[in-house]
Amino acid sequence: MLRYALLRLLGAIPTLLLVIVLAFLMVHAAPGGPFDDARSPHPEVLAAIEATYHLDEPVVQQLGRYLGGLLRGDLGPSFRYPDYSVSELIGIGFPASLKLGVLAMSLAILVGVSAGTFAALRQGSMTDRVVMSFSMTGISIPVFVVAPVLVLLFAVKLHWLPAGWSGSAGVAKYIVPVVTLALPQIAYIARLTRASMIEVLSRDFIRTARAQGLGTRAIIRIHALKPAMLPVLSYMGPAIAAILTGSVVVEQVFGIPGLGASFVNGALNRDYTLVLGIVIFYAALIIALNLVVDLLYGVIDPQVRQR
Amino acid sequence: MSLLNVKDLSIQYGESTVVDKVSFVVRRGESIGLVGESGSGKTQTALGLLGLLPRDARLTGSIRFKGSEIANRSDRELDRIRGRRISMVFQDPMQALNPYLRIGEQLRQVLLQHGLASGVKADQKVVAMLKRVGLQDPERQFRAYPFQLSGGMRQRVMIASALIAEPDLLIADEPTTALDVTVQAQILDLLETLRHDTALLLITHDLGIVAGRCERLLVFEAGKLVETGATTAVFASPQHEHTKTLLALAPRIDRGDILPPVTDKTLLGVEGASVSYRDAHHAELVAVRDVNLSLRESETLAIVGESGSGKSSLVRALLGLIPLKAGRVVFAGRPLEGAVETRAKSLRRDLQLVFQDPAGALNPQMRVQSLVGESLLVHEPALSTPERVQRVTASLATVGLDESFLSRFPHQLSGGQAQRVAIARALILEPKILICDEAVAALDGSVREQVLKVLREVQVNTGMSIIFISHDLAVVRSISHRVAVMYLGRMVEVAETRRLFSAPRHPYTRALLDASPVPDPLVAPQSAPLFGEVPSLIRPPSGCVFHPRCSYSDARCKDKRPELRELDGGRVACHHASETLLKQA
Amino acid sequence: MKWSAGILLFILLLAIVGPWASPHAFQDTNFDAVLRSPGIAEAHFFGTDEFGRDLFSRTLLGTRITLMVAVVASLVSLIIGVSYGAIAGYVGGRVDAVMMRFVDTLYAMPFIFFVILLMVTFEQNFLLIFVAIGAINWLDMARIVRGQTLSLRKREFIDAARLTGVGTARIIFRHIAPNLIGIVIVYLTLTIPQAILVESFLSFLGLGVQEPQTSLGSLVNGGVKQMEGAPWMLLIPAVLLATMLMCFNFLGDALRDFFDARHSL
Repeated sequence: MLRYALLRLLGAIPTLLLVIVLAFLMVHAAPGGPFDDARSPHPEVLAAIEATYHLDEPVVQQLGRYLGGLLRGDLGPSFRYPDYSVSELIGIGFPASLKLGVLAMSLAILVGVSAGTFAALRQGSMTDRVVMSFSMTGISIPVFVVAPVLVLLFAVKLHWLPAGWSGSAGVAKYIVPVVTLALPQIAYIARLTRASMIEVLSRDFIRTARAQGLGTRAIIRIHALKPAMLPVLSYMGPAIAAILTGSVVVEQVFGIPGLGASFVNGALNRDYTLVLGIVIFYAALIIALNLVVDLLYGVIDPQVRQR
Repeated sequence: MSLLNVKDLSIQYGESTVVDKVSFVVRRGESIGLVGESGSGKTQTALGLLGLLPRDARLTGSIRFKGSEIANRSDRELDRIRGRRISMVFQDPMQALNPYLRIGEQLRQVLLQHGLASGVKADQKVVAMLKRVGLQDPERQFRAYPFQLSGGMRQRVMIASALIAEPDLLIADEPTTALDVTVQAQILDLLETLRHDTALLLITHDLGIVAGRCERLLVFEAGKLVETGATTAVFASPQHEHTKTLLALAPRIDRGDILPPVTDKTLLGVEGASVSYRDAHHAELVAVRDVNLSLRESETLAIVGESGSGKSSLVRALLGLIPLKAGRVVFAGRPLEGAVETRAKSLRRDLQLVFQDPAGALNPQMRVQSLVGESLLVHEPALSTPERVQRVTASLATVGLDESFLSRFPHQLSGGQAQRVAIARALILEPKILICDEAVAALDGSVREQVLKVLREVQVNTGMSIIFISHDLAVVRSISHRVAVMYLGRMVEVAETRRLFSAPRHPYTRALLDASPVPDPLVAPQSAPLFGEVPSLIRPPSGCVFHPRCSYSDARCKDKRPELRELDGGRVACHHASETLLKQA
Repeated sequence: MKWSAGILLFILLLAIVGPWASPHAFQDTNFDAVLRSPGIAEAHFFGTDEFGRDLFSRTLLGTRITLMVAVVASLVSLIIGVSYGAIAGYVGGRVDAVMMRFVDTLYAMPFIFFVILLMVTFEQNFLLIFVAIGAINWLDMARIVRGQTLSLRKREFIDAARLTGVGTARIIFRHIAPNLIGIVIVYLTLTIPQAILVESFLSFLGLGVQEPQTSLGSLVNGGVKQMEGAPWMLLIPAVLLATMLMCFNFLGDALRDFFDARHSL
């Protein structure tokens, strides 16, 4: 198990490095400098700025400097908010995003797995069909459609929710954004759980357990749940990526001052260092979480552990 | 008093009836054999008794267990009987045990569920049970996962879980079909010694298994119970036609058939052949090591061995499907080398293969006509389409299929028909050598006989040679002129069929023969001739590869590998070959 | 399945013919008729936006562009994915291991953020959208095709064909390809909605299709800004987008069941 964990960890490092280098080069390959569209920059001012951001150095040297900074957790200064470093901006935005993401993910797993198992046990029944139709709808409607429609409904028409974020307090303001963010994941996890549970329940060892006199509850708990969760676990990587993507929209629409919102603003304002920093931060996050998922896989499946 | 009383039991799926008004009784402590071909309703009946049928099945009739009705009862009621009063052992221990759960835990759950023990006491009971079924170091195996055990050990665990609650009736559904023949004997012995007063319902397609071990027989045909009676009586004077056919078709390892004559001309020679491959961990496994072999014109040579013997790897290498690591193959005076794609066309058509699983060997997207005729496009491109169809029709006719099959897809064929199409595909090229890799292993008695008959006829008519790979010695005896026995990648004995079966010189050959069940209650079943199972190829034993399981083994066997040497008109690789015959006599 | 296919066909037809059939051009502004609600008056069937542009024409144009981007991007991913997967699966061994390791590495990347980064640095280039979306979606296709090819390659009927003398080219085209088509069609139907999702997501953020062109994503974005006064601007493209995605998903699902059933025969 330890060997397995170490191998996984070692495998993740080159991936992360590749992401960083690729993202960095992509930004630096941009046609024209980041200040091309800035309003009448004086040549001297421009030169000063270039010196500040080391844009006059060769790309390789800049990359080296950037990587060096990364090791110290320094992502450089923001282009648009020169008073802040990118790390500081991420530090400001991340807590809200983290709360949103963790809540949405927990909700998705909890509701998705229960609904999927419930439907699997009643395969072909009316309940099953209703759950599956709902989840197909959930998969098909994008977050950026659900989010504004819910705002329109709850905030604009019904006035149940505060329209703004900062003015209101408490947990209530999280409900709609979290549900919006979790909805497609609930739907996907429910379908995945159902399919995998049905597959596992058709295996021979379940028949053995039935022949041994174990009741349905015991069979699900002891025999079926673990293997049925493996595909769901595999989906956690993409799910995390999808939640991060979705949070960009949700934060934008609900006006939540999170990392996703600063990412979009950075992108629209061409704040290169901020966008680059956030991409790298997200990449590191996703790779790290994928690593955790891989290790969990090893915990559930004894054969994986052997490798 | 009867333990189980089944009356007019029928099982239906929609319109089709798979079990039709079956009635029988099981008395306390007795052992009953339930025999029949595949699809005769044996397994369905067993699952029906325990209420384990799929949801779309409809069960009617009465099942009384100890006087109370259990047919169509709720799971809640049945759960008190399942595993506690009636338990079941399934065919494939690989699939039937939960791969994600430690085996100790799987057994413990049975005790907990039925309130027989809990806590430390349950653990102790489980360890004791594992010990009884013959697991070495049961305290450690308690924590093992199924994939860490061999096939035989898994089936022992399965039996342990079925007997741990001391049920009144044990249903064993083809419990040894997935196992090697020497392990099969061990498992059958184990069932017999452990069950005490538990009644046994043994389901099998193999009359040899029930012959010496069951007191009474139930014979199934197409969902109907056609004959029942004491085993000796049924074997001695079968009443129903189907029973007669089954008995007549059961291959007898103790009897041989008359075979077409063989020429003296050597057609194929294999010298010092070795085959190796890499496993998932990139370790090299030597599947075949230093094998010499020859095949004459019009001869049928059988290669027998258990799993891991290397018999399939050997023929795949000489066909050029996998590379030969060392050695050479000479066919009709010309060397056979390289991958099949690089060989001369004329050489390629001379060697053809028939696989075990016809379903996998036929492309599901192609019709029979293209499947059989495809190779003519390569080898005889000058043929016009009608000529080609004619050749295909002729080839199908040799295997007993008419032209109505031309436009069928593989899924529209039965197992026997599909295997005959596969043979027709091989025969259309008029090969000099036909290699059959377990080609009849998946077929029922009557279908198997048809296929063997086709092979014999073609051999008589064309003088074709056959290499017949099989694990079933009884079938081998009926078709082959010579037999080569392989064990763990080595050739251990080669001899004329009659000599090999009447006076085997290698202890392993002897064990294989003893372990093969004979469909005759008057021939007492041998108790398992070998202990243990075939070792892993990753770490083959030193010296003679067979020494860890051999009763003759001594220090020399452990250190020095015996060479294959001439003896009694055959060849054998054993230091004790000269003694084996004496001891047996 | 029939319903899904029918609705999709109808939407497709509208998207192709609609923009010409409408009396208003999609880019024409009319400040005398801003934010009109839907109705048959002046043939503004879906109303107008804050510049008085006809939303019927714009919605249909948006649908057309969304569909076009999705289909082309899916074809890009199809070509890359199928060739990559088939090569890895057929050649096998070390080549396969290296090729799949590369795919695994790409899988671990937060692709959508890369695409956004790409859109930011290279301005909004229409061609880039195709490439970007195709580049995300080919991974799934490659994995699936590779797995299928690998399992086909091990099937005994391939060995049987090799033994009877059938050439490699014929084995690939006659024995492997026909057994791949089913699964490729299924995943193509499931890739299209994913591509639609990515395109409309980018356009929603204002990073995709640019004015005066439009796509359903841009229309939803425009609708959000006006949703208090003109909710139809949000609801119409939103419902259309959701319907399309749902139909594609249902269709793909039904096709998968169909092919699965045939495989298990």
